[in-house]
Amino acid sequence: MRNEPAVEVTGLVKRYGTRTAVDGLDLSVARGGLTAVLGPNGAGKTTTVEVCEGYRRPDGGSVRVLGLDPVTDGARLRPRIGVMLQSGGVYPGARAEEMLRHTATLHANPVDPDLLIERLGLESCGRTAYRRLSGGQQQRLALAMAVVGRPELVFLDEPTAGLDPQARHATWDLVRELRADGVTVVLTTHFMDEAEQLADQVVIIDGGRAIARGTPDELCRGGAENTLRFSGRPGLDLVSLLNALPADTAAAELTPGNYRIEGKVDPQLLATVTSWCAQHGVLPDRLSVERRTLEDVFLELTGKELRA
Amino acid sequence: MSAEMSAATGVFAPAPGAAPTVRMIRAQALLETRMLLRNGEQLLLTVVIPALLLVLFSAVDIVDTGAGKSVDFLAPGILALAVLSTAFTGQAIATGFERRYGVLKRLGASPLPRWALMTAKTCSVLVTELLQIALLVVIAFALGWSPHGDPLAVVLLLLLGTAAFSGLGLLMAGTLKAEATLAAANLVFILLLVAGGVIVPLSKFSDGVQSVLKLLPISALSDGLRDVLQHGAGMPWGDLGILAVWAVVGLAAAARFFRWE
Repeated sequence: MRNEPAVEVTGLVKRYGTRTAVDGLDLSVARGGLTAVLGPNGAGKTTTVEVCEGYRRPDGGSVRVLGLDPVTDGARLRPRIGVMLQSGGVYPGARAEEMLRHTATLHANPVDPDLLIERLGLESCGRTAYRRLSGGQQQRLALAMAVVGRPELVFLDEPTAGLDPQARHATWDLVRELRADGVTVVLTTHFMDEAEQLADQVVIIDGGRAIARGTPDELCRGGAENTLRFSGRPGLDLVSLLNALPADTAAAELTPGNYRIEGKVDPQLLATVTSWCAQHGVLPDRLSVERRTLEDVFLELTGKELRA
Repeated sequence: MSAEMSAATGVFAPAPGAAPTVRMIRAQALLETRMLLRNGEQLLLTVVIPALLLVLFSAVDIVDTGAGKSVDFLAPGILALAVLSTAFTGQAIATGFERRYGVLKRLGASPLPRWALMTAKTCSVLVTELLQIALLVVIAFALGWSPHGDPLAVVLLLLLGTAAFSGLGLLMAGTLKAEATLAAANLVFILLLVAGGVIVPLSKFSDGVQSVLKLLPISALSDGLRDVLQHGAGMPWGDLGILAVWAVVGLAAAARFFRWE
């Protein structure tokens, strides 16, 4: 039982009227890890998470969460999971602290609410009505409510959307601590850096399907040609340079004096380039090794056009 | 760049579980009651308007309330109005906005089962009604009210009235948009206040209209309370029957059509 995945989604289909929001999606989340579900707006992230939370009935495929069916075993599942919705979820007139304490009361072994209030920087707004909190404070309160019950598994739907950098880092620290304490975390985001910083596993979804998955490293490496850039005298003899490099390497002078080499950038290639430069009396200025970021991977896979 | 390590502190070490159901319901009922008492518009509706109407119409002879002291006619009607304002109007508006703001959705993912949430809402309505009735009874006595009748009949009428209005209020809150619920619930409150035998005797209407108005839950509740409290009648079976039908139809429709999001 401990070894089975925390979340196992197979061939999930979910339609709203004639629109297919999720179209044969597979997702497997190992226990104890942090999985980031990354995708553009409208990709099906929230729908997928809400099916796992038991809010929506799948139109096809199977969903098991902690070994349970979220629809038929909801009553047994709900005490074991924590849920952070994308927005709302609190009485407009409830005070931040009051709502967090209340949520704690619904659980058997809650975390001390004061600790969460301090950790998430909510001390100054404990007595403030929810509707008067800033968007970022509302987000942090929702996060606190999701974790106060000491769940095995938490679903965080865009936990840092609209947060300032300090609040974002406070959120990241808390999420890392959850993971370190053995909580399984599933978070949706469209921030690449968030996925790169936090996730053990990234699943990229688009058009209602999972189109890539792996660790951030695997995704950035996989299929990617890495890039080396440097500046020098204009008009260097690139044919001579390429002769010194492995066969599948490409070189180009992008603008006069600015060079780009694409290929398998390893220490050997770097040494070859610099020694070739030395032979030709060139000081390679602004020499930099670049690798694909998750953002590059994401844009390659999902296309660069803006979507509604 | 991948997941930065963080030391385990054990603070969040999983230890999931629901609190005992009774504790959850009690906490939820207290929270709902606090939300209601903190809301100015709700207080106006549930406390200020019934109290003002009782004082005003007892002191000034605006409506001909028939033989006897006008407070003896008015007090039962105002008690019915108190039930209407809390179980129907207040509950419909609050629940409509809870649905709109995702409160019901979020609670749906908590360990609190839906039936327990509805139980807590009912407890909160009953607690609020008790506070309203206590206040209105004190005011009525100060105005010289002399009630008669069987307290059991009064309690039965109030409970069935609460069930009937709760069903209708939740039906509205669970199917209409929050703004539509707000408007409709207030409109119904005013219409029933005027045409439901609360402060204007039904005998002021023509016979045909009267026979229809008599079937309204507010008329059955105010008429039943008046029969018992003003005239010392026995168990008002007819009015109890009307309220029971409304309660069954309203609660069944709410259970069938209520949408949580």
